[in-house]
Amino acid sequence: MSKYTLSINGESREVEAEPEMPLLWVLRDRLGLVGAKYGCGIGLCGACTVHLDGSPVRSCMLRVADVGDASVTSIEGLATGNSLHPLQEAWIEHDVAQCGYCQTGQIMSAAALLANNPTPNDDDIDAAMVGNYCRCGTYIRIRAAIHSAAKNSQASVEQPGRSVVSHWVPARTMEERS
Amino acid sequence: MKTNLFDEVKLGLQKQGISRRGFLKLSGITGGGFVLAATLPASFADELGTLVGSAELNTFVQLSSDGTITIYSARPDMGQGVKTSLPMIVAEEMGAKWADVVVLQSAVGEEFGGQWVGGSNSIAASFNMMRQMGASAREMLIGAAAETLELPRGEFTTNNSEVIHESGRKLTFGQLASLAVKQPVPDEDSLTFKDAEDYTIIGTSVSGVDNLVITTGLALFGIDTEVPDMLYGAYHKCPAIGGSVVSANLEEIKALPGVKDAFVIEGNGRINQLMPGIGIIGDSTSAVFNAKQKLKVNWDESNASKDSWRGLVKTANGLKDKRGRNMVVDKGSVDAQFDKKSNKVVEGFYTYPFVAHFCMEPMNCTASYVAGKAGEKDSVEIWVPTQNPASVGPTVAGLYGVEKERIEVHVTRLGGGFGRRFSTEFVCESVELSKRVKRPVKLTWTREDDIRHDYYRVGGFQALKGAVDQKGKLVAWDQHFIGMRKDGKAVSGSRFSPNEFPLPNLINARGTSTMLDIATPCGPWRAPGANTHAFVVQSFIHELAHLADRDHLEFLLELMGKRQWLNPGNIRSLNTGRAIDVTTLAAKQAGWGKKLPAGHGLGLAFHFSHAAHIAEVAEVSVDENKKLTVHRVTVAVDVGPIINRSGALSQVKGSIIDGLSTMVGQEITMEAGRIEQSNLHDYPVLRIPAAPEVDVHFIESDNPPTGLGEPGLPPLAPAVGNAIFAATGHRVRTMPLSKEGYSV
Repeated sequence: MSKYTLSINGESREVEAEPEMPLLWVLRDRLGLVGAKYGCGIGLCGACTVHLDGSPVRSCMLRVADVGDASVTSIEGLATGNSLHPLQEAWIEHDVAQCGYCQTGQIMSAAALLANNPTPNDDDIDAAMVGNYCRCGTYIRIRAAIHSAAKNSQASVEQPGRSVVSHWVPARTMEERS
Repeated sequence: MKTNLFDEVKLGLQKQGISRRGFLKLSGITGGGFVLAATLPASFADELGTLVGSAELNTFVQLSSDGTITIYSARPDMGQGVKTSLPMIVAEEMGAKWADVVVLQSAVGEEFGGQWVGGSNSIAASFNMMRQMGASAREMLIGAAAETLELPRGEFTTNNSEVIHESGRKLTFGQLASLAVKQPVPDEDSLTFKDAEDYTIIGTSVSGVDNLVITTGLALFGIDTEVPDMLYGAYHKCPAIGGSVVSANLEEIKALPGVKDAFVIEGNGRINQLMPGIGIIGDSTSAVFNAKQKLKVNWDESNASKDSWRGLVKTANGLKDKRGRNMVVDKGSVDAQFDKKSNKVVEGFYTYPFVAHFCMEPMNCTASYVAGKAGEKDSVEIWVPTQNPASVGPTVAGLYGVEKERIEVHVTRLGGGFGRRFSTEFVCESVELSKRVKRPVKLTWTREDDIRHDYYRVGGFQALKGAVDQKGKLVAWDQHFIGMRKDGKAVSGSRFSPNEFPLPNLINARGTSTMLDIATPCGPWRAPGANTHAFVVQSFIHELAHLADRDHLEFLLELMGKRQWLNPGNIRSLNTGRAIDVTTLAAKQAGWGKKLPAGHGLGLAFHFSHAAHIAEVAEVSVDENKKLTVHRVTVAVDVGPIINRSGALSQVKGSIIDGLSTMVGQEITMEAGRIEQSNLHDYPVLRIPAAPEVDVHFIESDNPPTGLGEPGLPPLAPAVGNAIFAATGHRVRTMPLSKEGYSV
């Protein structure tokens, strides 16, 4: 057992863990951050996605010993201050989730995409999201929510201080793909 | 009022810190302060009720003086959306404003009615009960208002969480809460219900009540459960299903980092309870998963499954030209039609594999077995994502002799169900681990466990032969269904019904079946039976239409015949009128008959299952490397009135994508009883780039509302298969498509 000081969601966290322990289980079993999910354990489903210095990584494949000084952001750290991330708002507005289990990983992959490419097209979305599986088949709404969040993020640049979603959000009816 | 959601979330987390067991979960989106949900211990719920001054109007409805309406969801949510749609029905009849509603997962108890989820049954089974609960609460609120204002109750209505007198005077639900609870509970027979045209909630699009919790990553699923003093567990069973333990390197395992204990469990040999295996306990999931990989076990496989998929394929191939052993349907003169020189005959042998459930959340359960001290009796507390809450307590009671009253079951949200989470072996395994180590244990299956110890969607084979006459009419149909049975009984999804379309509509038809014996466990998998039967039947009807040189749509409608309800009043029986309507609508919306881009093809299919009439048209193209692109799927659905439009659309679109995922590359095979697949590297799934556009149209007929979790899936495979034929001339008769060289 070794001691590690990790930077997680902007806070310094001390953990004791075996060097081999994947970051996923450090987050879930040691730190009580259960937003990153176990899905396959071999980096192929994307449910465990977190950011390492802003890049999406599969936390089930990353040894805690290899995290080092890198800054880890998990879904719990995605919202800033009192505001949900535009993707979280869009996910609620579009009623994306069915079972919901994979969605934190989907949102983390999408957040890394938008950070690098604020106005992705469908091909960009496909390339960034191809590693995130959803058994419920929510891909169509994931795509729509990413486009919507991209649009809203642009808007919020023009209107700083924009607040969070209203207390009740009717889901959009998406008869069309949009 | 705009509330700051994120503050609410954080407040909820603080509250979570002070709750006794930390099961407090946040949920939903309301205007009334923070929201509780999921697995509240009853005692804490009571405490909370007292805190905010809420009053119970009935089993499902609580009202607080601040106007918060708490509605209990008795049925677990696995992604089918009942935690949102069922409370919508209650709120509608109450005249509530949806923004005032908080939804809590109920405890497990008979007072909540049926709590299992499956068979796309929840809406059909609970619609009336939910209406009654809402109407009953509404009448108590009206009674309270009538007394307060001393006006006749017939002059009141409810809307927007207010009781409104015809003069325009209003009292809010919150103002009336303490008085309403003192009103007599109305007699069930006296209740009246809103007309559909007056609905303000039913039929609208409502975002799922757990969406805020889901998108912020708070604890919600069974696998997220954490209880004080908890250890982590893994359970390792014989890869050949049913094998038992001879010996294992337990001392080596126990010496591994983070491992607290490892032991052999003999079990009771019941697949749904406790099979023999190795239990490993550790201080993290990682520690026990790591130890599991280092396990070396000598198995006794003398009683284990010897199943071989290749063997089954060989046997079935030997049967395809013969009639089945059991006669299911025999009418008219089938053979005479086949012998008639002027008729044209076609034959097709169809194969579909076993498939796994692959719920995104692997099977898991947390249990705390507490041995009674000083003459007290033992007790058990369980946290589990299950489709069948009522089965958990009795199973554990039977296995351990613990009194049912001393077993408390908390139902969490399910990270997918699809029929997998009816069984109770993961419950029994976690209870066993906890009992052994005398501490609470969270058992998590690895993905490999989850794939290798599933209750699979059964594979099978069907040999069909059909004839058309000179006019192009279907005149003979011979269907040999080769299914599977275990312990002498047909497994789930392996039944051949004489009522299956088109058999009831045919004059000359023969249906026979042969059952092959297997030991592999099988169970319900999203639209059991229908998900394979539709592929075979709707593909073969297209084969016959092609043989007759006729338009598929026209041929299919002719086969549906005159508009009739096969068993009037029974919503589970085919109504050919509704079948004709959805088929016609799907074809129209898809532009059936239109000129398509070069290389594109349209494919049509209809299937009736789970009380739902659904038709789908797929538009596909296939390139020279057999890369398939599904451009668009057009769907027409009749499940009566829609409750949550957003949820209904989501279920249909998800079914299309799940159906495509399954047909493209998924296949479970077994050899010497061992499942040959284990994870996503050898069990491919559909990814976002291959997701087609899906265009959904609802026919909201005046039939009672029924569910949509499953029936959107079965028509997809034949629609795509028929489209591939239209585009390429190649007939797909074997699933998955990858077997015939296709990819997406």
